[in-house]
Order: sequence, then C-alpha cells, then structure tokens
Amino acid sequence: MHLAAHFPGVNNTTVWADPRSRSQIDFSSFEHLARAAERGKFDFFFLAEGLRLREHNGRIHDLDVVGRPESLTVLAALAAVTDRLGLAATVNATFNEPYELARRLASLDHLSEGRAAWNVVTSFDAFTGENFRRGGYLDRADRYTRATEFVATARELWDSWTPDGTPRPFTHRGQHFAIEGEFTVPRSPQGHPVVIQAGDSPEGREFAASAADVVFTRHGTLESGRTFYADVKARLAKYGRAPGELKIMPGVTFVLGDSDAEAQERAAEIRLQQVSPQNALLALEQIWGRDLSSYDPDGPLPDIDPDPGSSLVQGRVKHGDPLAVAARWRALSEEKGLSIRQTVIETTGRQSFIGSPRTVAARLTEFVEADAADGFILVPHLTPGGLDDFVDRVVPLLQERGVFRSEYTGPTLRSHLGLAEPVWKG
Amino acid sequence: MPATAPLHLAAEIGGPPRYDPGHYTGLARLAERGALDFVTLGDSFARPGLDALAVLSRLAPATARIGLVPTVTTTHTEPFHVSSAVATLDWVSRGRAGWNVDVSTTGAEARLFGRRPAAPADELWREAGESADVGSRLWDSWEDDAEIRDVATGRFIDRDKLHYVDFEGASFSVRGPAIVPRPPQGHPVTVVDGTSGPARETAARHADVVLVRATAPEQAAAVRTDLRRRAAAYGRDPDTLRVLVALTVDLGDAETAPEPGLESGPLLAADGSHYRGGPVDLADLITRWHRGGAADGFHLTPITPGRDLERIVNGTVALLQHRSLFRTFYPGGTLREHLGLARPANRYAPEGGRA
Repeated sequence: MHLAAHFPGVNNTTVWADPRSRSQIDFSSFEHLARAAERGKFDFFFLAEGLRLREHNGRIHDLDVVGRPESLTVLAALAAVTDRLGLAATVNATFNEPYELARRLASLDHLSEGRAAWNVVTSFDAFTGENFRRGGYLDRADRYTRATEFVATARELWDSWTPDGTPRPFTHRGQHFAIEGEFTVPRSPQGHPVVIQAGDSPEGREFAASAADVVFTRHGTLESGRTFYADVKARLAKYGRAPGELKIMPGVTFVLGDSDAEAQERAAEIRLQQVSPQNALLALEQIWGRDLSSYDPDGPLPDIDPDPGSSLVQGRVKHGDPLAVAARWRALSEEKGLSIRQTVIETTGRQSFIGSPRTVAARLTEFVEADAADGFILVPHLTPGGLDDFVDRVVPLLQERGVFRSEYTGPTLRSHLGLAEPVWKG
Repeated sequence: MPATAPLHLAAEIGGPPRYDPGHYTGLARLAERGALDFVTLGDSFARPGLDALAVLSRLAPATARIGLVPTVTTTHTEPFHVSSAVATLDWVSRGRAGWNVDVSTTGAEARLFGRRPAAPADELWREAGESADVGSRLWDSWEDDAEIRDVATGRFIDRDKLHYVDFEGASFSVRGPAIVPRPPQGHPVTVVDGTSGPARETAARHADVVLVRATAPEQAAAVRTDLRRRAAAYGRDPDTLRVLVALTVDLGDAETAPEPGLESGPLLAADGSHYRGGPVDLADLITRWHRGGAADGFHLTPITPGRDLERIVNGTVALLQHRSLFRTFYPGGTLREHLGLARPANRYAPEGGRA
C-alpha cells in the first residue's frame, strides 16, 4: 500500500474554525504535516495549486480557506527538514513553459536527493489566464495535447545530459513548442521526477496511461474505484507499460474515533463544520447558477430550475450537467426529507474512511486487496495536526498487517513507489 | 552620509556549478556567522546550475537570520509566478527574502523558450521594471489583516481587504489578487545591479538595494548620488535606497599581499569589477570607501567561494567588527531590519496598513 498526505489547504474539506486549526501559510504548518507524514513512512507529501482566487457572483470567494504559498518553493524548503519523504507539487502545464519548469523540477530533485514529483494539471480557463502573459486561449481539446507534449519535452530535457554528466544540446520541434539549446541541470537523482496526473476524462485517463507514474483520482468507493482501476490499468498495454508502472491513488478523507460509533459521531460534526449554512447555500448556487441567498439553508431545495449557462462561479471545476445534478439532489431531498444543508452534506462528501483505527486499517487494506486502489492520498481536515492520529494509530496497524512498510527501503520517491528509474533516452 | 552610517555587507555564494545542497548550506551558514546582511545566488537560464530561488529556499530552514537573495529573471518568466515564488521564499524564511531582478538578453536564452525573439536591453529592463512593479502590487493585494476567520459569518477572509491589481504593462497584464498572502516583510527586498544604463533607471525606480561597480570611491559616490536623485524624481525617499559597491574578490593566500609574483598591495581592475589582495587590504578598502561616503556597503563575490568566503568572514569581516565598523550580531530578524529599511505600507489599505 502506498500513502501520501495532502496539505489541507484551499478546499471545502478544511475545517478552519476548529480551535486546533493553525496557520494555513506559516512554514511551521507545512513542516509539522510533512514531518508527521515522514514519521508515518509515507510515500509523499502533496501540494495543490491555485493561480487565481475563486469568485462567486463576481466577488472573491470568502467562505473557505483562501491563499496558499507557491508549491515548488515550499517543497524545496521542506527538503531541508525531511530526509525520505517524497515532495509532490501541482504545477499547471498551461501557464508554464517546459524549459523553465523542467529546470525547477530537476532542481527540486537534486535539492531533495531524489524525492521530487510533479502533478501535471491543465487549464482551459480564460479566467485564470487573466493573470498570465499568454492569457487563457487553450480550449479543452488542446490542453491535453499541450500537456502531453509538455511532459515529453520535459523528459527530453531531463535526458539531455548523459548519465556520466555531459550536457548535450537538445532540439524539440512540435505542435506546441519549438525550442533548442542546452539544459543547465544534470540528470537528477531519480532520472526523471515522478509524474502524477489528476483528471478523470477519457483524455485524462489516456494521458495518465501514456505518461504518468501516479494517478490522483476521486474514485474512492469500492465499486467505482475498481471500475476506474481496471479501465486505466487496461490502457497501459498499448503504451508498452506493465500494470505496476502506474499507481492509482484516490484522494480520501478519514475520521478516527476510539470506537466506530464515536468516529461516526465525530464525522457528522465535521461535516456540519465543513458545510456551514453559508457554504450550503454556496454549494447550491454552484449547481443552480443563480443567487439563492434568500433561501433558508435549513429549508427545502428551491423549486426553480438551474441556469445551465451561468458563469456565477469562476475558478472552480464544475462537476456534471447542472439540470441533472439538481434533479438528483431534489429526488434525494424528497425521498429522505432533507433540508438544503443536509442535502449538500449528503451529496458533496468524498470517500471517507470513518471508524476506529482498526476499522479504518481494515477498510484501506480491503480497497487495495480488491484492486480498487494501489494506495491513498489522505486529505486531513485540520492544519497542521490532521495527520497525527492517523500516523500514530492507523499506520502501526497497517504495518502489523504487513500491507505497509515499517521503514523506507530506498532513498528516492521512485524507490518508495516501486517504480524503476526511467531508461536514459539520449 | 554621516561617517557613522551602518555598513552593509553581502556576498555571492555562486561559482562553478554545484548540485548538492550541502555545499550551499555551508556557505550560507559561514556568511551568517559573519552576520552579513544577505547572500545572493546568481542565475540564468543559459548557465549550468540549479534554479537559484529553489536553492535558497532549501537553505531557509537551515539558516536563521541571513537574508536570501536569488536572481530571478523577468524576460521569459511569468510575473505572476515570480511574485508568488518570491513571496513564498519570504514565508519559508520568515522574512528574509530578496529578489535580484535580471533580464535575459541573448538569442540563446530566447531559443530555450521559443516564445519571443531576443530584445534590446533597454526594452527588457523596462519590462523588468514592470515585473517588479506588478510584483509589489501583488504583494500588497492582500492587506495584512485580510484573514479574519469569522466563525459567526463563516468568512475565512474579509474580501474587502483583497484587491485586484489590474496591471496593464507593455508586454503583459495581470488581474490579481495574489494567491499568496502578503509576505512577512510586506515586500521582499528588491535588488538590481544598476551598473548598466537601462538597469540603473529601473533600479532607481524599483530597487531597495542597488549594486554598482566603481574603480574609485569618488566614482561610487557619484553613482550613488545619481541614483538617489533619480529615486527622488520618482517620488521615493532616497534614504530608502541602499547602494552597495559590487566587487569580485580574489583574496589569494596571504593576509595582505596578493599571489606570489604579483605586485604587492591591492589591485582593482580597470572596470572596478575585480579586486585582488589580502583580507586585511579588503577591510581597509571597505573602511576607506565607507567612511568617505562612497557607498552604503559592499556586495562581494568571492572568486573561489569555498576559499574566499572563509577569508572574507574570518579575515575581512572580523577586522571590520573589531574596528566597530560592522555589527557582530543580528539585532533584527528580517532582511529589511538588517538593511535598516522599514516594512512598506500597503498601497491598497485605507491607512497604508501596518507599517
């Protein structure tokens, strides 16, 4: 089993109102969580990225955590306070250039002695593009062709020094990039930093199968996890890759208690904190695309239909057709007699592992043994102590079961993940 | 400038490329033992070596007081990314970040990106100025007290304390606000090598620290006066500008004499860029120039970092400290405090924010 830790940052699972919640930006918070992950022998520590603050109804979103540091810079600092933990940065391939980013990633791999990873994301969003020279002109179709060529170009740069340390000139001529020169960084300790991909569309799955070492997915239930797992692993063969060369790791939340009942009770409290009355209306407006501020979060769902063409929310990924989602929410609400807030609580949680440490350890193991995942990216809800209980109480049980390592066996992130160093293609 | 004005000292820790963090950590800690204001690490897309900002970020937790100033170029980079990365270096170092602004003028650098042709230096320095400008606007785009965590209303931040910068430059535009909250220093310290003409204008307008090359104290003083006059013309208080004489130093193997076979006594190359002599001679030169009001301090580039930085710290700096010309400890925690520069007021805050 592979385990990674997500810094509980800008997302609606972070509970900032808890008295134990500390700074979302001070380095001490990042250090605390990374050290906890390393104490737990985790594979890697994962940072998300934001390139524009979200907006709601034309105004900056103010209900969730807002603001975060730049990933690669924080991870370079974390390399100084950790020894083995992998360090994964989400960096957008749409608003960066291959030469500069390949150099920054190779630098992190050297500075961490082989622990760097890059989570490749893309954007088709002109809203985000307003912060960049090039703007946001890429459409959905082009973003994956650019990302695929971007990763391939980065690999050409990483391979442009011979393994014995001689730089050789490179030339790349492609659809999106035409560059040439000499890379300034020797082949890094891992050969290539680990490439992670997140994204669930058919193009995203194909991109993962062709180019990624790890997939970060949201398919966290046993059944959808198994379907996704089988689909993505089946795509590997046509790229000449074995199933073990791509690790599938859903992002999941967890809540622990001394007993299962206590954990369930605690989880319900956490969901109430995550879906405050204000956040409930906001979630509803994201589906409906309308101003619903006059509705009572403890009352029923609105009987008006969503506006499918709305751009009420900017900078956030939309999930599904709003009319279909609204119909599903209405049906659920009527069937169970749920208020707006209760409906949002029921529908917006991601896969959670809730229970005593023993229960959670057993369920995580079940997922891996059933081929629903190779491991998990854990998303704690508290900064920075949200991983402490998991490391102290669940990890020893996983180790006892023999499904998770008791010590790191190698120095690099590739060795933790059981991935071979890429063959040099000079 | 009164003779008692504090002396500022900085050192470059680059040199032949190295890829192990331990090498740089050792140099930065050495400079910190000498209580130097800051270390710089030069960078270019066309020169072998690691990304300088990443290296100095790696050093931040391994050091406690010394300022960390990477070169970050502005020609082929995104201003939004640059400002985020520099602000983050300030967060991870708890207020010790700077940014040495530089441009990429060569065709070779342009071909690494394939996005725009090489351009004349004056045009690129104007753009570098815009990059520095939008950087400081983005750093201000969060007021210091924007994070409110108001449980009653469910608001993590007060959106009225976040600001769009709506910057329109000649070659880029940025809407804002920043993703990174306002850094500990308000603005990390902006450094510009103002030796060349087009760079000097950008330096006078945007830099906190300007590096200049000079062959004689009179020349350095004249450049300093010129920079202060230009800064004032841009509406700045000239006393918020620190002008450091940049010297590449070769301290040889003796206390006062240069390498065997050379004439005795310190030598200053004709372009003022290269100093050769012993650590004591260097301390004498710094004392003489500083007392004469030629500069606010010196930025020293050891020609062989491992050897020369050790001689700078244990020889030159120790002697300056003995003469009470240079501090023996850090009275403050941030790079701005080392430099005697105030934390900038926030241009978007109603009363200038927390100063």
